[in-house]
Amino acid sequence: MKNAVTISLILFAFSLLSCSRNDSKKVTITFWALGAEGETVEKLVPGFEKENPGIHVVVQMIPWTTAQEKLITAYASNNTPDACQLGNTWVPQFQALDALENLDSWVKASQVIKQNEYFSGIWDTNVLDGSIYGIPWYIDTRLLFYRTDILAQAGYSTPPRTWAELYEVSKKIKQKAGNSERYAIYLPTNEWAPFITFGIQNGSSILKDNGRYGDFSGAKFMKAFDYLVKFHKEGLAPTGISQVTNVYQAFAEGYFAMYISGPWNVKEFSRWMTGSLKDKWMTATLPAPEAGKAGLSLAGGSSLVIFKRSSHKAEVWKFFEYLSRPRVQMQFYREINDLPAIKAAWQDTALSRNKYMKAFFEQFHHVVATPKVPEWEQIAFSKVQLYAELAARNVMPVKSALSALDKDVDNILEKRRWLLRK
Amino acid sequence: MAFEEITSKKYTAGLNNKLMENRTPEAKNTRKAPGRTFSFKLPAAYFFLAPALLTIFVFFFIPVAAAFIISFTDFDIYALSSFSNLRFIALKNYVRIFGEPLFWKALENTFYFVIGAGPISIAVSLGAAMLLNSKLVRLKGLFRLFYFIPVVTTLVAVAVVWRFIYHPRFGILNYLLAFLGVNPIDWLGDPNWAMPAIILMAVWKNFGYNMIIFIAGLQSIPEYLYEAAMLEGAGWWPKFKSITLPMLAPTTVFVGIITMIGYFQLFAEPYVMTQGGPLNRTLSIVQYMYEEGFRWWNMGYSAALAFVLFLIIFAATLIQLKLQKETE
Repeated sequence: MKNAVTISLILFAFSLLSCSRNDSKKVTITFWALGAEGETVEKLVPGFEKENPGIHVVVQMIPWTTAQEKLITAYASNNTPDACQLGNTWVPQFQALDALENLDSWVKASQVIKQNEYFSGIWDTNVLDGSIYGIPWYIDTRLLFYRTDILAQAGYSTPPRTWAELYEVSKKIKQKAGNSERYAIYLPTNEWAPFITFGIQNGSSILKDNGRYGDFSGAKFMKAFDYLVKFHKEGLAPTGISQVTNVYQAFAEGYFAMYISGPWNVKEFSRWMTGSLKDKWMTATLPAPEAGKAGLSLAGGSSLVIFKRSSHKAEVWKFFEYLSRPRVQMQFYREINDLPAIKAAWQDTALSRNKYMKAFFEQFHHVVATPKVPEWEQIAFSKVQLYAELAARNVMPVKSALSALDKDVDNILEKRRWLLRK
Repeated sequence: MAFEEITSKKYTAGLNNKLMENRTPEAKNTRKAPGRTFSFKLPAAYFFLAPALLTIFVFFFIPVAAAFIISFTDFDIYALSSFSNLRFIALKNYVRIFGEPLFWKALENTFYFVIGAGPISIAVSLGAAMLLNSKLVRLKGLFRLFYFIPVVTTLVAVAVVWRFIYHPRFGILNYLLAFLGVNPIDWLGDPNWAMPAIILMAVWKNFGYNMIIFIAGLQSIPEYLYEAAMLEGAGWWPKFKSITLPMLAPTTVFVGIITMIGYFQLFAEPYVMTQGGPLNRTLSIVQYMYEEGFRWWNMGYSAALAFVLFLIIFAATLIQLKLQKETE
């Protein structure tokens, strides 16, 4: 213990020394990056520092699972970094903390970061009360992964375009499977995204009255929810989480033929679908409630944010501009497969020639944000998933599950209502 | 055991000292007359105790007091940004706890676990300890090591292996049960089987610790008692019932209380195996508290939960002590 203290004191002294030596000419900015992105962004730093010899970027990696906890503790103890990567659904939370710099004037003055360079749905996730608080860094969304061979066996050469078709295809696949334990689609109830996505597709705003109350028992959401739960009730989707411990293996085995997931799985599926299965899968945009409509999906990804307390905002902004260049965005994609937020980067052959990415590019034109309230994660993870599971297992009828969900959500939003009144 | 005795002696000695300090000189004199001089001289022990006491005060008593205060407010992420967003809500958190179905579910699960896993764990530990204490067993050290390994293994690593054991389609447990004609069970996915599955794993993981304590207890039973019993022609069962169990009683009380307190704080096992699912059937109170506090940042509510759990454990410990006294 004592040794540890001594060592850290010595290290601290050294760091003070090295700081003071560089202080005269170099500005150091700290950037917190999450998970694998943290590892990769370090490789982009030398290029930036070469162009900007006066700026030194210190990247700190924090794991996704503890990121929120670490950031909030850092905020509470006045230790926030200069800048950070935030999952774009977290932006409302940190804006509620009043921790984030309003980026309106920065964007206005910028030659590199311009709103029209981005997919509008993605950009919108960072806009709160008409101001922008985060710059999209990399993006994701969920769409349909499907087995072309299994769909072909069921008599379909194209992926389902509407809800009715999706249901029809699923029925056929299940019929073909007969008594063997195979399913049409995997819709795990510990993933809230499909339930919310289909609700939004059907025109539900999820929350109503400026996020004061839940709107889950509204007709639009109920129809979508009922539609998805039907897949469970009719045995078209496996119920229970541990039935599928390895999604990739199950997909390769044909345990299920369709799965709604995101770009992070493209590489994994390619790894598992080898040999005769190599070309037996594809991606497609989500089906829509009715023909002729676009099937919306959720705007996901990570944003770059500046903390209000940073004293090197101009330097951080320069770094953000560097990360937003199409060339650097593509470099990032090649390293880690995170999809670029800048539309221009998608013209790069690495993406335009990747057949699995075509659907993603299309889908990004039809993405919308989840409700932008700080309580959203709690609502989605603790409540939506809970009642989706209860309904899928037929423990509760859809209608009462959704009114119970609304009641719980209204309780969670009580504080928000009080603050809005204040 | 020896260690426990020493510490408890030290503790009572310290307590007596403190009591004497608080007494008026007269009272002190009537009780004991250790010399007539009275002074405010602090015993040197206090100086030695000071660092430890100070640390406990700063890192234990202050946070507990703070949590107690927080439990009467709606401290959350909004309050973190500005204290003007903090409301003093008196007992509302506590009232909310008792009206929250999820709390009752978590309480039920926790009791299920404590009542299910506790006795099994103690019985298995005692059984293993007796086996290892038997003169017939060779390579005692090796077995002791094997039984103790799960205790020191990282839970996350253990969980990965057990998830495979419990896998409904590829798991070895279902494979073995198939020979007995049992249909595959979705151990972690079936609401009725998830908790038994957690209990089985927790017992396997933890029994080694109590086993070591029991071995120490068994070794302190004088051999002549057994020899005398043998001369009287007592068999295995009378020896166990009339010698081993009564002689082990203090150890058993200790093990029982420590195990119960530990099991009431069930968290890691379900957290890594099932995340509280399916249908919240493995959600424990501590996990519920953790989620409310560190995932959804409802610190006030979470703090209130912590105090409710404290009271439950406190009450359960008192009951256990009382039962023990009655049987004696």
